[in-house]
Amino acid sequence: MKIHKYDTVIVGAGGAGMRAAIEATKRSRTAVLTKLYPTRSHTGAAQGGMAAALANVEEDNWEWHTFDTVKGGDYLVDQDAAEILAKEAIDAVLDLEKMGLPFNRTPNGTIDQRRFGGHSRNHGEAPVRRSCYAADRTGHMILQTLYQNCVKEGVEFFNEFYVLDQLITEVDGVKKSAGVVAYELATGEIHIFRAKAVIYASGGTGKFFKVTSNAHTLTGDGQAACYRRGLPLEDMEFFQFHPTGIWRMGILLTEGARGEGGILRNKDGERFMEKYAPVMKDLASRDVVSRSIYTEIREGRGCGPEGDHVFLDLTHLPPEQLDAKLPDITEFARTYLGIEPYTDPIPIQPTAHYAMGGIPTNVQGEVLADNTTVVPGLYAAGEVACVSVHGANRLGTNSLLDINVFGRRSGIAAAEYAAKHDFVELPENPETLVVEQVERLRAATGTERVAELRRELQETMDANVMVFRTEQTIKTAVEKIAELRARYKNVSVQDKGKRFNTDLLEAIELGNLLDLAEVMAVSALARKESRGGHYREDYPNRDDVNFMRHTMAYREVGADGSETIRLDYKPVVQTRYQPMERKY
Amino acid sequence: MATPVMEKTAAKDSAPSPYITVTFRIRRFNPEVSDEAQWQDFQIEIDPKERVLDGLHKIKWDVDGSLTFRRSCAHGICGSDAMRINGKNRLACKTLIKDINPEKPITVEAIKGLTVLKDLVVDMDPFFQAYRDVMPFLVTTGNEPTRERLQSAEDRERFDDTTKCILCAACTSSCPVFWNDGQYFGPAAIVNAHRFIFDSRDEAGEQRLEILNDKDGVWRCRTTFNCTDACPRGIEVTKAIQEVKRALITRRF
Repeated sequence: MKIHKYDTVIVGAGGAGMRAAIEATKRSRTAVLTKLYPTRSHTGAAQGGMAAALANVEEDNWEWHTFDTVKGGDYLVDQDAAEILAKEAIDAVLDLEKMGLPFNRTPNGTIDQRRFGGHSRNHGEAPVRRSCYAADRTGHMILQTLYQNCVKEGVEFFNEFYVLDQLITEVDGVKKSAGVVAYELATGEIHIFRAKAVIYASGGTGKFFKVTSNAHTLTGDGQAACYRRGLPLEDMEFFQFHPTGIWRMGILLTEGARGEGGILRNKDGERFMEKYAPVMKDLASRDVVSRSIYTEIREGRGCGPEGDHVFLDLTHLPPEQLDAKLPDITEFARTYLGIEPYTDPIPIQPTAHYAMGGIPTNVQGEVLADNTTVVPGLYAAGEVACVSVHGANRLGTNSLLDINVFGRRSGIAAAEYAAKHDFVELPENPETLVVEQVERLRAATGTERVAELRRELQETMDANVMVFRTEQTIKTAVEKIAELRARYKNVSVQDKGKRFNTDLLEAIELGNLLDLAEVMAVSALARKESRGGHYREDYPNRDDVNFMRHTMAYREVGADGSETIRLDYKPVVQTRYQPMERKY
Repeated sequence: MATPVMEKTAAKDSAPSPYITVTFRIRRFNPEVSDEAQWQDFQIEIDPKERVLDGLHKIKWDVDGSLTFRRSCAHGICGSDAMRINGKNRLACKTLIKDINPEKPITVEAIKGLTVLKDLVVDMDPFFQAYRDVMPFLVTTGNEPTRERLQSAEDRERFDDTTKCILCAACTSSCPVFWNDGQYFGPAAIVNAHRFIFDSRDEAGEQRLEILNDKDGVWRCRTTFNCTDACPRGIEVTKAIQEVKRALITRRF
């Protein structure tokens, strides 16, 4: 076991982690731990753009952006945070440009902008061009640009280090972050990283669904590490299903395709979004479009022999426009479906895409231990966190924005905290939990297989807690997850070695997914209303009287070692916008 | 009723099964077990429209959990799973079974020129070190503008091709010069230097050219075009290297 000491430790090297690292490295001795290599992070898969009211191509302002974000999130957004997001968006984009990001350009050389779902002129009048983009590779360019700047700043990376535990020490009755425990993939060695400040930027948890745009590695490791140490998870029932995943595979086809003029059609060729969203049509918010697609499918207007998908039609757009603005997604259609998007529509279905919920933080990125108390020295940013700027449904292009705005904020805040505070004593035997977990899995001889349990988990999640939910389906999921958690205790791995043991790590990741799936399902069961990405057929309306509040889920361990989930609620911060009915 | 699940088997009773039997012949190496690498065959059932990565997962998940490879996004964006498939460098997640003649055994081995650590996993550090050595970041002088730096669409287009690089190492590890001498910067590092040398906003082109004028720099390139063939992003790698060579001669870029 090795012990390291850094002022600031960042867990994850996607957009949020590296944006934080650029700030933290300038101000404190910083280490970035990533279970991949930085450029492998899933920020690179984001396509369509990053929202900011630059007004480069038409009138726009940050207040309209704030409103769209609040409305898009079905009023569960904390409005003070949304205002920060929209205001700081402008500098966040300009900062990236100055760091070298190759945005597409307007004829006069400024950053070009395009339309995106839910982003509107003057509070919903019409779509507005707010998304700053680099073809359909904006996430790739952000990830590369941030990594380039990390190289420039000399950021210290620990690649292929899996953070498996968050260390917390109670000092005078206050829980403080003391560091993290990491597993080195190459050697199987356990490392303790003592740090004055820790930032989680480890991304989402989409791999508990089967049809998902998420990478294999998005297994909620950061959320699980904090949750197991008694910290709450906020709004976990809110998960975004992106309308346009490649049929059956779930690979993302950007909303920018519709921003460029693409149209969704059912088997009769009808532009069905006109029925559901007369003003914004195909550019309504993602939850609305995904529900509309499944409504078409359920009512027998789906495409194909099984009637189980709809079409994204780009055939009316000039091939030059597709080549210039959507080169990657058209190539995905050719590679994975054998379809030529110039001439044929692309079969799509909604795909599990983004966790709106996560580790609760305030606007400085400080992690909350309950509704108000901060955990000193602990920060989170990006998809792992819940500020909450996305509320019940995130707008497209607001996630690349979120990672930049709150990545930067948390990087600065953590480094400033580290400068003013000393190391917290490590808890006794800090490595114990991880060592036991790893040794138990390595020695286990049980008959359950990781892949089989994960398949069953993904199938129950897709069937029961996806776009449409009812009390009955959610209960089915809760029961199935409980069964899988019990069987997980009997899981074994075949690779017993120390070197690059990804078999072992997949088992640990499955444990994380099971814990988080349970939190999601239990949170969803208790929310007896429909709001944003959480749609209950048995409660089809939003209920502001009873549910205009954030869910806070805590893990409780009984005296006999039994685990339960305790739900609590946190008020939503409302400033200038009163909840209204949501229409597009 | 819950969300309709898409996983109904496409095959109706009358329709033939899409699955075929394919042999994966994988170069295995695990120094914890043996100092020798060896080929191992696995037979699996797979839909030819699936990816080589899906085949590797079937083996790892259902047959032999110790099979080790890197992967993440599974659709050709993250650059984790470059490997040698039937003797050519490709991304496992971007190669469909039907496109590589599944009637014969599909050979899968680690990319060449970098030390194999276990099975298909190689030591990427020398690769990333070469990348870092070419100053892969925008360098500017003078006062920062308040708004964005202006760049014409034409100037932006000039280096578009090389911005697509995902650092998967398929190009560098397909290069015979790199195989013979790991000191060579390799195509990927030159591609990333090109991306900045030809960016109208950048002011460190001369410095990068001097770095690449080194004995281990661009002049080692023998224009075999392996790199261009290998690039899963369709970057014209050899062309980019030629443009850097030309810039070194003319000092115009």
